[in-house]
Amino acid sequence: MPKLSDTMSVGTLVKWNIKEGQVVAFGDILGEVETDKATMELSCTVPGTILKIYAPAGSQLPVGAPICAIGKKGEAAPEPSAAPAPKAAAPATAVPAIPEKTDVSCIPAAPASSGSVAPQSDGSRTKASPYAKRMAEKAALNVAALAGSGPGGRVVGRDVAAAASAPAVAAPSGPLNVAVAPPADGKGIQPDADVPVGGMRQTIARRLLESKITVPHFYLEVEVDAAPLMAMRESLNKRLADAGADAIKLSVNDFILKASAEALRRVPAVNASWAGTSIRTHGAVHLSFGVALEDGLVTPVIRDAHAKTLKDIAVEAKSLIGKARSKKLTPNEMSGSTFTVTNLGMYGVTGFFGIINVPNAAILSVGATIKKPVVDAQDRLVIGHRMVIGLSGDHRVVDGANGAQFLQALKQLLEEPALMLI
Amino acid sequence: MAVISYREALRAAMREELKRDDKVVIMGEEVAQFNGAYKVTEGLLKEFGPKRVVDTPISEAGFIGLGIGASMLGIRPVMELMFWSFSYVAFDQIVNNAGNIRYMSGGLINCPIVIRGPANGGTNVGATHSHTPEAILASHPGIKVVCPATPYDAKGLLKAAIRDNDPVYVMENTILYNDKGEVPDEDYIVPLGVADVKREGIDLTIVAHGRAVITSLKAAEILEQEHGVSVEVVDLRSIRPLDEETILASVRKTHRALLVEENKPFCGVDAQVAYLIQSKAFDELDAPIHRVSSIDAPQIYCKRMEDQQLPDVNRVVREALKVLA
Repeated sequence: MPKLSDTMSVGTLVKWNIKEGQVVAFGDILGEVETDKATMELSCTVPGTILKIYAPAGSQLPVGAPICAIGKKGEAAPEPSAAPAPKAAAPATAVPAIPEKTDVSCIPAAPASSGSVAPQSDGSRTKASPYAKRMAEKAALNVAALAGSGPGGRVVGRDVAAAASAPAVAAPSGPLNVAVAPPADGKGIQPDADVPVGGMRQTIARRLLESKITVPHFYLEVEVDAAPLMAMRESLNKRLADAGADAIKLSVNDFILKASAEALRRVPAVNASWAGTSIRTHGAVHLSFGVALEDGLVTPVIRDAHAKTLKDIAVEAKSLIGKARSKKLTPNEMSGSTFTVTNLGMYGVTGFFGIINVPNAAILSVGATIKKPVVDAQDRLVIGHRMVIGLSGDHRVVDGANGAQFLQALKQLLEEPALMLI
Repeated sequence: MAVISYREALRAAMREELKRDDKVVIMGEEVAQFNGAYKVTEGLLKEFGPKRVVDTPISEAGFIGLGIGASMLGIRPVMELMFWSFSYVAFDQIVNNAGNIRYMSGGLINCPIVIRGPANGGTNVGATHSHTPEAILASHPGIKVVCPATPYDAKGLLKAAIRDNDPVYVMENTILYNDKGEVPDEDYIVPLGVADVKREGIDLTIVAHGRAVITSLKAAEILEQEHGVSVEVVDLRSIRPLDEETILASVRKTHRALLVEENKPFCGVDAQVAYLIQSKAFDELDAPIHRVSSIDAPQIYCKRMEDQQLPDVNRVVREALKVLA
C-alpha cells in the first residue's frame, strides 16, 4: 500500500481491475485506492504477471503493506515467512503499485498471510496478541492501524486500551461516547443512525481537532470595499470571453488567491510555520484553498502562487477544483501548503473564521460581497459593495500586529486591484 | 495458630491420621528406630509402636509392593521414600500395580496407598538422588500427585492423601523441611486438585509448584518493589488432578503467564500447563507463555553450578520482565 498523502496511514483498496495470472504492462491501471483524502488510481510500475493479490477489494491496509505480487509467469508469489530485504534480488517481489504522478518510493515487501488481520509495513502480518485482537474487536478498532509497543512491534492489550481511551485522536475508528438523544417519533427529518465515515471525514476530524486543540488561534477581521474588484473582474471577464477556445472566467476567489499571494510577499512573516523550537519561514507561497465536496472538503494547493499571474492561478484553481470533485487529486496536489484561503461567500455568509490548516500560520476566511450603506471618504452615505475578510492566526508564529499588517496589505490590494498587476 | 516447620507439619499430619484411623501405618527405610532419614517421622515409633511404624529393608521394589498389597486389603500405608529418586527401582509397583488396580479390577479393588518423601535438587547429592518425578508419575491416569510448598499445605495435603482411596504420591522438598509457617491446630485438609492463589496480582500470573512457589513469591516481591509490577502467584499444590480453573481464571485476569518449576523443562509439568492455557484461554493471552525450569541437564554435582541450574529469584524476575515486555 503506497503512501499517497502526507497524512495517510491506511488506505482502502476500493477495487481491483486485475486478476491473478493477468499480464500487466507499465502504466496499466491496476485498481483504485481510497486514502484519507481522495480516491486514486494505482498504475502499474512493474510489468509482468500478477502472481498474487494479497489484499481483496474493500480491505483497509496500513501504508507499506503488500497488496499484490508481480513477477514472471509461473513463479511462486513470496510467502510471509520469506520476507525479502528491501534490496533483495528476489525474482518475484511483492510490489506495492504506485499511483500516477506521485513520487512515493517503491517499497518491496513480503506478502501477508490470508489472516483477517491486515499486514504491516515490514511485510509480515500485523503482530497482535490474541488478547489485543479480542479487545480491538470489542472496541471496533483495527489492530493493523495501531502502533504495537510489544516485542517486535506486537500490538498488545495496553496499545488497544490506549487507543480506545483516546478515540478522537489516536484511533480514528474508535467509538466516542455520544450522548444518546431520544429517537425520532417516526416523523424525523432523517433516520436515527450511526453513519460510518470514510478516510476523508476521519482526516478532517483528526486534523482540525488537532489544530483547534494545539494551535493558539486568534482572530482579526476587516471590511473591504469590493467595488473596484467587482468592476475589474467584470471588465476583465468581458474581454476574456472574447478569447474563444482559450476563454476563461475569473472568479472572485481567483482575485483573492492572487491578492493573498501578493499580501504574503509584503508581510512574509505570515508565510511561516511553527516548528517546535523554531519558526520556519517559507520562501515560496504554496496556496491552499478549500473545496467543498458532497461528503467533506479538500484543500488542493497552488504551488509557487507568488510567481504566478492571475490567469495562471485561475486556470490552475479551476483544474484543481475539477480534480477535487472527481476525487482525482494526487497527494502531491494536496500537500505542502504554506497558507490557506477558505471562502463561503457564495453561500451568503458575511464573515467567519476558519480553523488553521496546520502547519500553516494562518487561514484567510472570505465572506460574501454584499451591498450595504457606507459612509464614503466625503462623509456621504452611499451604497457600498462590501466584503468581510477574517484571519485566524497561529499566535506562536504570528502576532496581532503582523496579522493586522497582512490584512491591511490584502485590503489595499483588493481595493486597488491594479496593484496585483505589478 | 501454631507456627511450625514443614517437617513438623508433615509429622503432625501422620500423627493425627495414625490416631484417627487404626488402619494407617507408616513404613519405610529408617522411619522407625532412626526416626527417619530426615527426621520427619521422629517420635512416631515411640508413640504408636512397631506395628504402626515399621522399618523396611533397603528394597524399594519390595516394600512398596508390600504397601500396595496391604492397601488392597484395607490397610492405609504411608510409605516413605528416602528420596523419590529411589522410586525408579519400584516403578513397576508404583505405576503398573498401584496406578492400574482399581481400573483393572473393574473398581472392585482400591489402592489407598500414600508414598511420600523428598523429590528435589539443590542439595548437592548428585544426579541419581535429585530427581523430581512429579511429571513422570502424573502422566499416568490412576495416580495422584501433590507437591506442597508450605507447612500448611504439607499437612493438609498429606492428610487428604492418607484419606484418599487412590494412590497419592506426595513430593516433598528437603530444602523446605525447616521452613516455618502457620498451621491451624484444629483438623483440616487441603483437598486434592485445588490450587491456591498465594499472592494476588493483576499484571502477570506465575504458576508454580513446590519450592518454585517460594522462589516465585520472592520474585513477585522484587517485581513489585523494583518494577512496579503486580504479580499473581498460583500454587498448583496438586499436579494431578490439576486445578485448571484456578490457572485459567488467573490468566483471564492478568493476560500473561510465566510458569516456574524445578523440574527439567522437557515434558515437564509446565509443558502441560502451557498447553492448557493456550488451548483454553488463547484469546486472553497478551504475550507468549514463558517457562523457567531447571536447566536441561543431569543434576549437576558442583554445588555452585547446581544452584544456577535450579530456577532462582533472578532468573524468574528476568523471565517475568520478558513476558511483560
